[in-house]
Formats: sequence, structure tokens, C-alpha cells
Amino acid sequence: MTQFLSLLLNGISLGAIYALIALGFVIIFKASEVVSFTQGSLLLLGAYTIARLSGPYGFLVAALAGILVTALAALLIERLVINRLRGAPVISLAIVTIGVDIILLTELIRRIGPDILNVPHPWGGDSVRIGGVGISQNRLIAMLVAGVLIVVFFLAFKYSSWGVAMRASAEDGEAAALMGIRQGRVSALAWVVAGVLAAVAALFLVGAPTPGVSAAVYTVALRAFPAAILGGLDSTGGALVGGLLIGIAEALAAGYQEQLSFLGRGFGEVVPYVVMIIVLLVRPSGLFGTKELTRV
Amino acid sequence: MLTIDSLRVTYGGAVQAVRGISMEVPDGAVVAVLGSNGAGKSTLLRTISGTLRLHRGRVDEGAVRFDDADVTHRDAGQIVRQGIVQVPEGRRIFGRLTVEENLRAGGMGNRDRAAKAAAHARVHDLFPVLRERASQRAGLLSGGEQQMLAIGRALMASPRLLLLDEPSLGLAPRVIGQIGEVIAEINRQGTSVLLVEQNATMALGVADRAYVLDVGRVSLSGAAAELARTDEVQRLYLGHGSAESGQRPDRGPRRTLSRWTA
Repeated sequence: MTQFLSLLLNGISLGAIYALIALGFVIIFKASEVVSFTQGSLLLLGAYTIARLSGPYGFLVAALAGILVTALAALLIERLVINRLRGAPVISLAIVTIGVDIILLTELIRRIGPDILNVPHPWGGDSVRIGGVGISQNRLIAMLVAGVLIVVFFLAFKYSSWGVAMRASAEDGEAAALMGIRQGRVSALAWVVAGVLAAVAALFLVGAPTPGVSAAVYTVALRAFPAAILGGLDSTGGALVGGLLIGIAEALAAGYQEQLSFLGRGFGEVVPYVVMIIVLLVRPSGLFGTKELTRV
Repeated sequence: MLTIDSLRVTYGGAVQAVRGISMEVPDGAVVAVLGSNGAGKSTLLRTISGTLRLHRGRVDEGAVRFDDADVTHRDAGQIVRQGIVQVPEGRRIFGRLTVEENLRAGGMGNRDRAAKAAAHARVHDLFPVLRERASQRAGLLSGGEQQMLAIGRALMASPRLLLLDEPSLGLAPRVIGQIGEVIAEINRQGTSVLLVEQNATMALGVADRAYVLDVGRVSLSGAAAELARTDEVQRLYLGHGSAESGQRPDRGPRRTLSRWTA
């Protein structure tokens, strides 16, 4: 039972990080109808910036700079590429984001090389025990920060002018334009938000129990895609649930590896995708997705 | 107030939708534009409201002037800030947002807080039902209420000129009458209106002037009351011609068909 609770807690903390990435994915989709595959390299960019700058400038400055740089990169991608291709087929846009992702990723991997860059989190690699259940401090803080961010995000999405503008133009872009809502601005802001979320996720992903920044961090973002998709590509609530579901499933599969050994070692790695496929087989548009995603 | 000067618009560089239209909306007037499907009515409104680009349309010739400023190539956001707001055809309310959020979205182009508050009060005065249903999802409103929300949403931007694209579409006759009254009231409060309609009875009832479009050109124009008496309008739009009353049942199927292809 203790093991189960421990895995559950770790799964939730991992899921919270996935949820941040998945939220960025969903928000971009809602704002600009682009299925963006750039989240992975943005995440790595954030992690890399934090790792590089925390040596000379200390952790706090590096963390803020990492968030800023990632948000800026997301904004640039939107302004220089996505915004200029408005009206292009959705598929082309998705492929374009894959291209951008690969360019950014290749450069980052070249810079990182085979090393693992260390990020000196002030809370280090210590673990805490909550009622007999162990979790790394890093993951605990990640869970709290992600929780706060997600709540702020949802409040803003529901009540702020940005949120209303965002939901209005997601539902009917032309009608929103007729109300004087500038879609370019809504979309740019969505990318910035997605960048910030990715960088915050990166900040915690490169801490304990993960050793540091390596090219492998990129694959974490890949696991957030199934989170976004199984929640329903256009549902912010779905991204949250999807993230948690994937995180928990992954932690449980990894923790009960012995019992699941008939599935082969490292089953935890593929669990996100298995969960996604099962969910989509039952509910093709995801748990909370709108049935009809195509607009005319 | 609004002057359209020999306007020509094509879609995709090939299809001519508007072939040299000139018209004028005087300050404080209600001007109706009649015409069947494909006459260029919606294209005309898209050109004015700056959404032509979203439909891959282009102005080849001519100009749209608002208070002597050339607004032909401004984008939709700038047009709203100039004081021209369009209520789109088919209402296009944000069904998943609440009624109140729809009104908020309508006020996004309105930077002046006081003006926004005044507009909000005006909308609730005009349409008390929108106050009663403020927190309801807009998609749950009836057709007539949705049209009122669409008009109220547009009024939130405090427009000086309101463009209405077929507000009577798909509504019951009684509701169409109400819409007509609402348009007259909005105009009384000082907003000029350009009303595009297929329902000529309602349109000519509230309008001061009217234009009839036919395949991208103005075929008739004049004072609304005079126009309503002409044979052509009687026969084609008001449906009580003498010799060719057999044409009347024709209109139903034609419209239905065009809804399919639209």
C-alpha cells in the first residue's frame, strides 16, 4: 500500500509537469488551430538556458532567464513563421512546426553534446517523507508550483479579457475578428503562455530524480503529446486530466515493473502511448474534446 | 457617412462578386440592400468590415470611405475602432460562451470604459432577455434570442454604423417583426444602419433608402417607400406580382438550395 501511495504521489507530480506542457499544446491549438510540435525543443531550450546560466548568475536569475528566453523563442516562432502562414492547411502548419522543432532541437543537441548539464536547484536532490510516502523535494515543489500555475491559468482563461478573447476566437475566428478581437495578438499571446509553461516544466524536469539536462529531456515533451490528445486536443481541462493520467500510469508501470515483466522491461516508457491509444479507441475525440473539430 | 465608390471585388483572382457598386449611407439613416443570393450583398459587407481577406477576396477597384477617410484596406480590428461593426450572417454567436461573455467579447474593440458601460446598459435596455440569461450558455438561446445577442454583441463596441447581414434569416415572422422594431429603435438612438436583407417587407419597412443588387451591380435604388411600390420589387421581393405570381413558390426552393451550397 505504501508503495502504491508513493507511486501515486510521484505519478501525480510527474503528471502535473506533463499537464503544464500539454496545456501549452492545447492553448496553441485553440488560439491558432496549429497542432504544434515545437513544445519539445522549447522545453529543451528552457532547460538548456537554465543550466548554462545558473553557473555564472545563480539559480534564480537563470530560472527567470530560462522562462524569458523560451517565451521569446515561442513568440518568434509565432511571429516569423506561424502568423505568416495563416490560412495555410492545418496539416502543412503541423509539418512546419515539426521542421522548426527539428532545427531548434538539432542546434540544442549540438550545444549540449554528450554531457549532462547540472542544474543546481537550491532544494537539491533531497527527499521528503509525507506519512511514510517518499518523494523528492524537487517533485513536491514542482507539484505545488504546477498546481498554482494551473489554477492561475484556468482563472485567467475563464475570467480575464484575454481568456474571453481567446475562447471567442477559438470558437469562431471570423466572428471574433468582426468584434475587433485581433487574432494575431491572441495567437501570439498563446504562444508566449505555452513557452512559459514549457520552461517552468523544464525547470523541474531537470531536477531530482532526473540527473540533469541532456538531450533525453526532449522525449518528456513527446509524452505530453498523448496527454493533450487523450484529454481532447481543444480542452484545457482535458490537458490537465490527461497529464495526470499519463503521469500516474507511467509511475505505476515503472514501479510495478517486476509484476509487469511479462510485458518486457521499460514498459513505463511506452505506457503514455498505450493509454492514449486505449482512450482514443473508446473516445475518438479524447476525454473532453469537442466531437467536431473541423470548421468550415 | 459611408460612401462606396465604384467598388469591384473578386475572389481568388477569378470570381467577380461585386462589379462596380456605388452607394451611400447618410449619417443617421437606415439603408437597405436587397438582392437574391449571389448578388454580392455579403461581399459588400465583408469589404466594408475588412474581413474580405479571410475569404481570399480582393478589392480590384474603387474605394470605401467613412467620414472622408479611405478605409478600403483597413483590417477588421481597425474598422471596429473606426466605429463600423458588422453583425454576421447566421448570427455566429459564440455558443460555448455565456451570454455575458459574448457581450464582453463584443466590447473588446471598445477601449473607452465609460462608453463600454453605457453600451452595456443600452444593450440590456434593448434586450432585457440578455440580462435574464446572462450566465447561460449562448448556444442554448432560441434563434430570435441569438439574433438579439448578435446585435447586442455588436452594439457593445458603440458603433456609429451598424452593418446587419440578413438578421431575419431562419426566424419566425413574428420574431422578424421584432427585429425590425429593434433596428428602428437602434437607429432612433443615433446609430446609422446598413441592412442587407432578403426579407424585403421588413427591410423596406425600416429603411429610408434602399438599393437592389443584381449579379454584383446596383439595378435599382431610391427612397425605400418608392422602391417598395415599383413593379420589379413588388414582383421579385414582396411576392405580390400580378402576371407572374407563379414565380412565388420558386423562391423557397432556391433559397434552400443556396443554403446547401453556401
